[in-house]
Amino acid sequence: MKFKYILEGTLGLAIAASVFSCKPSGQGAAGGNLIAGDAAQKVYVAPGTHDEFYNIVSGGFNGQVSIVGLPSGRTLKIIPVFSQNGENGWGYSEETKPMLNTSNGFIPWDDAHHPALSITNGEHDGRWAFINGNNTPRIARISLSTFKTEEIIELPNSAGNHSSPFITFNTEYAVAGTRFAVPPDNVGDVPIDSYKQNFKGYLSFVSIDKETGKMAIKFQLKTPGIDYDLARGGKGPSKDWIFFSSYNTEQANTLLEVNASQKDKDFILAINWKKAEEYLAAGKGKMAPGKHAHNYWNEETHSATSEIINEVMTLDPADCPDMLYFIPCPKSPHGCDVDPTGKYIIGSGKLAAVVPVFSFEKLQKAIKDKNFDGEFEGIPVVNYDAALYGELQKPGLGPLHTEFDANGNAYTSMFVSSEIVKWNIENLEVLDRVPTYYSIGHLSVPGGPTTKPHGKYVIAYNKITKDRYLPTGPELTHSAQLYDISGDKMKLLLDFPTIGEPHYAEAIPAALIKDNIKKIYELEKNGHPYAAKGEKETRVERKGKEVHVYMTSSRSHFAPDNIEGVKLGDVVYFHVTNLEQDWDVPHGFAIRKANNAEILVMPGETATLKWVPEKVGIVPFYCTDFCSALHQEMQGYIRVSPAGSNVPLAWHVGKSAMTQVENKAK
Amino acid sequence: MKKISKISGLLVLLGTLALLLTYILPIWRIDLWAPQYPEGLSMFIWLDKLSGQVEIINGLNHYIGMAHIKEEMFPEFDILPWIMSGIIAYGLLVSFFRTRKWLLSYLILLIAFGIAALVDFYKWGYEYGHNLADDAAIKVPGMSYQPPVIGYKELLNFGAYSVPASGGWIVVALGLILIGTVIYEFKYRKS
Repeated sequence: MKFKYILEGTLGLAIAASVFSCKPSGQGAAGGNLIAGDAAQKVYVAPGTHDEFYNIVSGGFNGQVSIVGLPSGRTLKIIPVFSQNGENGWGYSEETKPMLNTSNGFIPWDDAHHPALSITNGEHDGRWAFINGNNTPRIARISLSTFKTEEIIELPNSAGNHSSPFITFNTEYAVAGTRFAVPPDNVGDVPIDSYKQNFKGYLSFVSIDKETGKMAIKFQLKTPGIDYDLARGGKGPSKDWIFFSSYNTEQANTLLEVNASQKDKDFILAINWKKAEEYLAAGKGKMAPGKHAHNYWNEETHSATSEIINEVMTLDPADCPDMLYFIPCPKSPHGCDVDPTGKYIIGSGKLAAVVPVFSFEKLQKAIKDKNFDGEFEGIPVVNYDAALYGELQKPGLGPLHTEFDANGNAYTSMFVSSEIVKWNIENLEVLDRVPTYYSIGHLSVPGGPTTKPHGKYVIAYNKITKDRYLPTGPELTHSAQLYDISGDKMKLLLDFPTIGEPHYAEAIPAALIKDNIKKIYELEKNGHPYAAKGEKETRVERKGKEVHVYMTSSRSHFAPDNIEGVKLGDVVYFHVTNLEQDWDVPHGFAIRKANNAEILVMPGETATLKWVPEKVGIVPFYCTDFCSALHQEMQGYIRVSPAGSNVPLAWHVGKSAMTQVENKAK
Repeated sequence: MKKISKISGLLVLLGTLALLLTYILPIWRIDLWAPQYPEGLSMFIWLDKLSGQVEIINGLNHYIGMAHIKEEMFPEFDILPWIMSGIIAYGLLVSFFRTRKWLLSYLILLIAFGIAALVDFYKWGYEYGHNLADDAAIKVPGMSYQPPVIGYKELLNFGAYSVPASGGWIVVALGLILIGTVIYEFKYRKS
């Protein structure tokens, strides 16, 4: 992705030199006089006080999500989603391994691009964040009370889950379009150049349960073989619709850089998803092969389960007229964004010289009047001018994405000219432009994709960092910039480094989330089958070659902390229950030379580390989280005897101070 | 027998009825603060139970070898609700008979109850603060950990506050009513 952008950038710069006679002001590394005079004051969050916004930032190729506070730009947490995280045992513990299961087995990495926060009536409700896995098509749901990944669903018949996940007006669906047109999963061995016959662009509609957030693939639309890029749900008048941008309507299967940039216009696909539901209810859908994994985290058992589903419901547009329409959009559109009123759809042709604004009302009229320019593989192509509200002229170079404030203004990122352009939607007038450092990709206004933007800031997530920070060798952090948009002119306030390669991000007022935060898991509600809810329940059990240790941790000891009778050839499962019921008292657990990771167990939770002893001897284990004054003493031993040894299974923990006093009192 | 004024009688009756709230409100609270507990830890003592972050306090106390605080160790929780019923019944008799003698005896009874409760509380505090395990992880020579009966005291890294909780303030309020009415009836309302 990045390589391609750089190529585009070089190309664009040449064009830029010829289009603009003068350089944009304020060029140079420092940002110079563009920095607001009171910037320090505006981003200063005093010690002990909180940021105003949570910024939910994709991690790109680290497969994770970062939580950043704004306006300070401080990173607060990394949430592991699609990637293993040795830091807390995500993807290493027995409970979390099923979360990374797929139809192709355990896949501990992905490329996460687009967080989408749940909305009710088009407004942030602070319940969940969804994010896509791009490489192995998946969608994850993250709880915004535990900041933990609760569910991952795989998408069959898809490759490059890029236009994903974008949600509908009341979070009815998260949609996911395939970035690669591909043959369906059950059709394998076809010539690559049979693209036009065999390759399809599948669009998945993942339903989201209103109460639990639980996901399921409701249906897939089998659309022509083109590449879908991004999407947005409609709002207000357009709330029953969803819009996808596409490229490669040339249907090339090699050297896309050139071959997919031939046509003057590609498409935005407008989908009436209510209509799709009607067709589904009318029995127009067909079950088709579509093997996919559905992984679900249970907060009561502190464990995930993974289920493999073999089929998906499929709707063929050929059987469902009046559901899909193509709108021509200049030059390989990338972003496809719907303004807060739901009246305008903004396409960003990344190679185009204008930004087209489509009118939902005009689109409806064009459809009604059948104002079509033919069709593409059976789907009507609406006349460009009939759907067009107007074009923003000379916006800048390489428009990618657009976010909105509450005052009718749009903010579009320009990759090639490396700037944010503020413009008025109704007047189609450029109001302001600020440089970004360097080559902005996505941008985010708090609440920008909702019907109620919170405004105040726009954040640039840049693709190129170069000299913005102290250099760290060839591999650099990615850089983000925070701009004040409360006045007429955008003002640079802050640079902050990010983790992974952020693509999209959303920002939400902290007030919508912070009071619902879960602090501990109630021990009484712990339904883990191997939980020990007190030291009295601790024990070691042998089931053939399996040894299960029901262990507890509390400040500052494990129970049991001496274990004997384990033999070579055994597989040992340490089920560690953290007995603490106090916020911010996790205990860690690590065994010498274990070939996985530690587990980090939250108060009231149970987590399991699997360990296969490979040598006879004494093996120490200890708590990895500095939990208390006697944390260093929180350690123990396990004895490994030769296979066939007759050392009996035994375990204990020394009499604690507590039990001694209790005995004395009796 | 000398009757007390209607207004005094009414105040005593209201104060007595308010005691019913002590069955649904905590009587006493102990608040603890430490650098790593900026939000504080609280334990509430009710007529018949303990509430608040007792388990967390127990967890911390084990470092210095204090015993586990458990409800079943306090026979008081079986007795206190009955004592309170007795006080309320007595108060109702006072407002029924409305004589100076009854009034004075009620005040004496309440003070006696208060003193007994505080002495009992002190004894438990002493027991917990001094009966420390021999193998405690943290032993500070000469240090004991008796919480204050009332007021503030520093105990290692913790600051401890011991004060009446809402139910306790109701008992205090009744005490003030009784003191006020006794003074009024005996000193100012002579004829």
